[in-house]
Amino acid sequence: MDLLRVFGEVQPLLTKGLWITVEVTVLSLLLALVIGLISCFLALSKRAPLRWISKVYVGLVRGTPLLVQVFYIYFAIPQLLQLMGFDVRFTPFIAGLITLTLNAGAYLSEIFRGAINAVNPGQMEAARSLGLSHAQAMKKVVLPQAFRICLPSLVNQFIITLKDSSLISVIGLADIMYQSKIYVGRSMEAFATYTWVAVYYFVIITILTQVAKYVERKVSA
Amino acid sequence: MNPQIKIEALHKCFGELQVLKGINLEIEKGQVVCVIGPSGSGKSTLLRCINRLEEPSSGKILVDDIEITDPKNDLNKTRRHIGMVFQQFNLFPHLTAKQNIMMAPLELKLKNKSDASKKAEELLERVGLREKADAMPRQLSGGQQQRVAIARALAMEPDIMLFDEPTSALDPEMVGEVLAVMKELASMGMTMVVVTHEMGFAKDVADRVLFMDEGIIMEEAAPAEMFSNPRNPRTAEFLKKVLTP
Repeated sequence: MDLLRVFGEVQPLLTKGLWITVEVTVLSLLLALVIGLISCFLALSKRAPLRWISKVYVGLVRGTPLLVQVFYIYFAIPQLLQLMGFDVRFTPFIAGLITLTLNAGAYLSEIFRGAINAVNPGQMEAARSLGLSHAQAMKKVVLPQAFRICLPSLVNQFIITLKDSSLISVIGLADIMYQSKIYVGRSMEAFATYTWVAVYYFVIITILTQVAKYVERKVSA
Repeated sequence: MNPQIKIEALHKCFGELQVLKGINLEIEKGQVVCVIGPSGSGKSTLLRCINRLEEPSSGKILVDDIEITDPKNDLNKTRRHIGMVFQQFNLFPHLTAKQNIMMAPLELKLKNKSDASKKAEELLERVGLREKADAMPRQLSGGQQQRVAIARALAMEPDIMLFDEPTSALDPEMVGEVLAVMKELASMGMTMVVVTHEMGFAKDVADRVLFMDEGIIMEEAAPAEMFSNPRNPRTAEFLKKVLTP
C-alpha cells in the first residue's frame, strides 16, 4: 500500500515498458496512416472490386475484437502458414505491430473517407473547372481541407491505439502492462502498481492531447 | 466564322428525370447570352454541360470547333479556356484570396511564381480588391468572395466565361459590385453565358436572352424585344412574375 516505495521499485520496469509501448504505438500508427490512406482511396474508387477490398478489410477489423485479432495474428496465422509449408513465427513485437497497424488502419480509412466526403463537392467542381485533373484537385484542394476536418478524429484514434497497445501484453510483449503484471505477481502490490500504470498512461495521453490541441489551433488559424 | 459555342440536340437525364430535352444553341465570339427561366428549367444544367461538369446524356457540344463531348478530347485542357463562376463562390477556404487566384496557373505550370503573383495582383486590382490579397475567404463578404472567384477564373485567361447564378447567394447590397465586374468583362469582349435572375443585368448587358422552361429553350430574342414583347405565353407569364415586384 506504500505508493512511493512501490514507485521506487516499479519505476525502472515501467519506464522500460513505456519505451516498448511508445515504439509499437508510433510505428503502427505510421504504418496505419499509409494503410488507412490506401484503403480510403480504394473505398472511394470508381471500380467496385477495389471498393470491396476496402469494405471487407474494414468490416473484418470492426467486426472482431482486438484481442481476437492479436491471437489470430500471433497464433493462428503462423500455424496456417506452417501447414502450408512456410516456417513463419512472429515475435510478440512484430505480431503486436501487425495487429495494431491493421486495426488502426481500418479505423483511419473510415476517418479519412468521412473527411473527404465532408469537403463540399463544390470545391472539387471549382478546381476541375479551372482545368485541374482529379488527382491535382484532390492534392491541392480536397485533401488539405479533409486533413483539417479529420484532425480531431485522427488524434482520437492515436489515443485509442496507444491504449489498445496494452492488450498486446497478453502475447508477451514487454510493454508497461506486461512489466506491471510481472511485478505484481512477484510483490502482490496490485493497488500501488496499477495506480502507477494508470498514471503513466494518463500522463502520456494528456501530453498527447495538449500537443494535438496546439497543432489543431495552428492548422485552423 | 463558326460560332464559338455550338450545341446540337443536347439531352441530359438524371435517372428517370429528363432535365434537358434537346437544346440547340450557337453563341458567337464576344456575345453575352443570358439564360433566364423558372427554377428546375435546366438552365444550370445546360451551363454545366458546356464545361462538362455535367455529363451530357446525348448530343454534341463544340467549343472553338473542338468537340468537347468526344471521349478522346482532353477535358482538362478544354476547361482551361472556359472559366466558371458558381452561385456559392466555391473559393478554396484554406488559401488566401491571392493564393486562390494563383493556384491553378501554378499547379498547371502555365506561369512561374512571380508571373502568377503579378497576374493575381493585376486581377485583384481589376475587381477592386487589391488590399484583400492576403485575406482568407471567410474574412471577405459574399460580394468580395464572388469577385475573387471571378478573378480566379480569369487567371486562366479563358475565352469563355460561364456564370451560374452568380448573385443569387448575395445580400442585395452586394449584387451591384459583382454585376459591375461582369459588365466590365462584357465590355471587353468576353464571351459570356450567364444564368441569372437579374433581369436588369440581362436587359442592359446581354446581346441575347434565352428563356428556358421544362428543359427546352422556349424563346430567344434580343433583350429589348424579350422584355417588352415576349412572344411565348410562358415567357410572358414568367416575366410578369419576376418583373412586377
